[in-house]
Amino acid sequence: MTSERDTILRVRDLSVDIPVPSGTLHAVRNVDLSAIRGRTLAIVGESGCGKTMTALAVMRLLPGRARLRAREIGLEGTDLRSLSDKAFSAIRGNRMAMIFQDPMTSLNPVYPIGDQLEEIHIRHRGSGRREARERAEYLLARVGIVNPGTRLRQFPHQLSGGLRQRIMIAMALMCDPALIVADEPTTALDVTVQAQVLHLLKDLQAEFDMALILITHDLGIVARIADRIAVMYAGRIVETGSSRQIFAAPTHPYTQGLIDCIPYPGKTERRTALGSIPGIVPSLVGDAPGCMFRNRCAMAEERCRDGGNVERSVEDGHSYRCVHPVERLRGTMVPS
Amino acid sequence: MGRFFVQRLGVAVLVAITVSIIGFALLRVSGDLAADLAGEDATPAEIAEIAALYGLDRPLHEQYLTWAADALGGDLGQSLFTNEPVMDLILERVGVTILLSVYSLVLALGIAIPLGVLAAIRANTSIDRAALGVAVFGQAIPNFWFGLILIYLFGVLLRWLPISGSSSFAHFILPTVALGTAVMPALMRLTRTGMLEVLEADFIRTARAKGLRPGAVFFKHALRNAVLPVVSLSAVSLGFLLGGSVIVETVFALNGIGLLAYESILRSDFPVVQSILVFVSLAYIVLTLASDLINARLDPRIRLG
Repeated sequence: MTSERDTILRVRDLSVDIPVPSGTLHAVRNVDLSAIRGRTLAIVGESGCGKTMTALAVMRLLPGRARLRAREIGLEGTDLRSLSDKAFSAIRGNRMAMIFQDPMTSLNPVYPIGDQLEEIHIRHRGSGRREARERAEYLLARVGIVNPGTRLRQFPHQLSGGLRQRIMIAMALMCDPALIVADEPTTALDVTVQAQVLHLLKDLQAEFDMALILITHDLGIVARIADRIAVMYAGRIVETGSSRQIFAAPTHPYTQGLIDCIPYPGKTERRTALGSIPGIVPSLVGDAPGCMFRNRCAMAEERCRDGGNVERSVEDGHSYRCVHPVERLRGTMVPS
Repeated sequence: MGRFFVQRLGVAVLVAITVSIIGFALLRVSGDLAADLAGEDATPAEIAEIAALYGLDRPLHEQYLTWAADALGGDLGQSLFTNEPVMDLILERVGVTILLSVYSLVLALGIAIPLGVLAAIRANTSIDRAALGVAVFGQAIPNFWFGLILIYLFGVLLRWLPISGSSSFAHFILPTVALGTAVMPALMRLTRTGMLEVLEADFIRTARAKGLRPGAVFFKHALRNAVLPVVSLSAVSLGFLLGGSVIVETVFALNGIGLLAYESILRSDFPVVQSILVFVSLAYIVLTLASDLINARLDPRIRLG
């Protein structure tokens, strides 16, 4: 078991509401999660499931209209909810850092790369320009960029997407954070570069002994990287467990559907259709009792209308939200 | 950067030549200059004599080439009214106009940029609406009338500031306020719009995620991206001020180039009008070139391609 000291981030009962003309959009509902030093938590789900909102809520980067509620958001023992914006900004980029989806637009086009890296160190460490530059150069080399000194003087538009994402990673590492939140870090990259960037993240995590939260829609890339997985659907975590538990015994019908969507080179039969989940994500506006997945679920029945959000446990560390007993779920959904 | 500069300079020279030709031609077709000069009661013989005297009877391209060659040599001809060299007339007056224009632009930018940034940061709040109110006021009020009100308030009632002439800095304050108020609103709204757009950008979210202080996020990361169109508009505004402050110069009796142009047009003093036309055009060209260079300095995507 992990000790209290190793729990870098603990979030309990996090909800994010966004007022919209037709009511209130519940982007995130009652999410619990924790990130452990040296471990990777993957938050998986399709677009609009609330995974990015969860990350932005933790970083206090939500859009202005969004309302956040939580019973706890603790980073390294500090209750982040109680901090002023000013005090929070001293932690952001310092003890926790974020890597964004699109490296093409996430860097400021008018400043050289070096300046954008160095300013973090100068802000949080109060270091001088030269010390910050040494740190930036070291990290660029560490993320696999050749000629870091030259690269630091270049501008974002002179670099490829893969290079820019490596720079974003170096940027996140500038102050040696305890937690990195990576929001779809490989989605905008070429497939060939995706694997490199993921491996890099994994290596750096070990080297810097950080907690990593990896947000992705691609369950396929999660298998090799994540220690724990939280599957989100329509604002809720519908299943959570260790990577082994989730892949060996997916319990929620949605998780099973996601796993069926992954092609396995060499295993998936040629010319067979890949699995897909019919239907679309339901509207998140207004109160929605019952299981949000029921309109797309093959097993849906009457009692899914009002039950289904109760958390049930399969075994230690593996829980799901579905009214059906585990045996029935396994028996019906898992292909032979 | 070098190649960029040479390209822009080449374009600027071509535009200058084109503008001088068009200006020259327009003035010639605007009426019979010789007839205007000769006066209402002149006989055709007298008109022909005057035309011959000023070379107005020669083919247009010949007139232009003669004029252009002289102009390149620094000779802009003589005023038909005072017989002074046009170059002297312009040099004597241009200082006042340039000072007034630069003061006005500095004042306008000094208000427009902070107010535009503030309005964008506090979009849709009472601060934003107040800024909009200021802009609408500046845009709607005719500047000669505003100038008269300033004269009445600060010159006549309060007696704080001189109301006419150009002999000290104090003389420039009221006309600067009148002109600055006229060019400020567009600059302010452009700053606000640009900031609003940039604040939505991903790299602003990155800047916040880095834990930078709000000042660094707004002024370092956002403003430099938002200000590029403001630089271009500033150049155009300065050109407008240099050539278009005729009315305010008249109201405040500032002996600038606008007043000279106005008087010369009334007197059909075409060598002076011609030269002022070219001077203002050149000012626009130089300013456009300058704004291109400043933007290239601000945005590496422009200078490095």
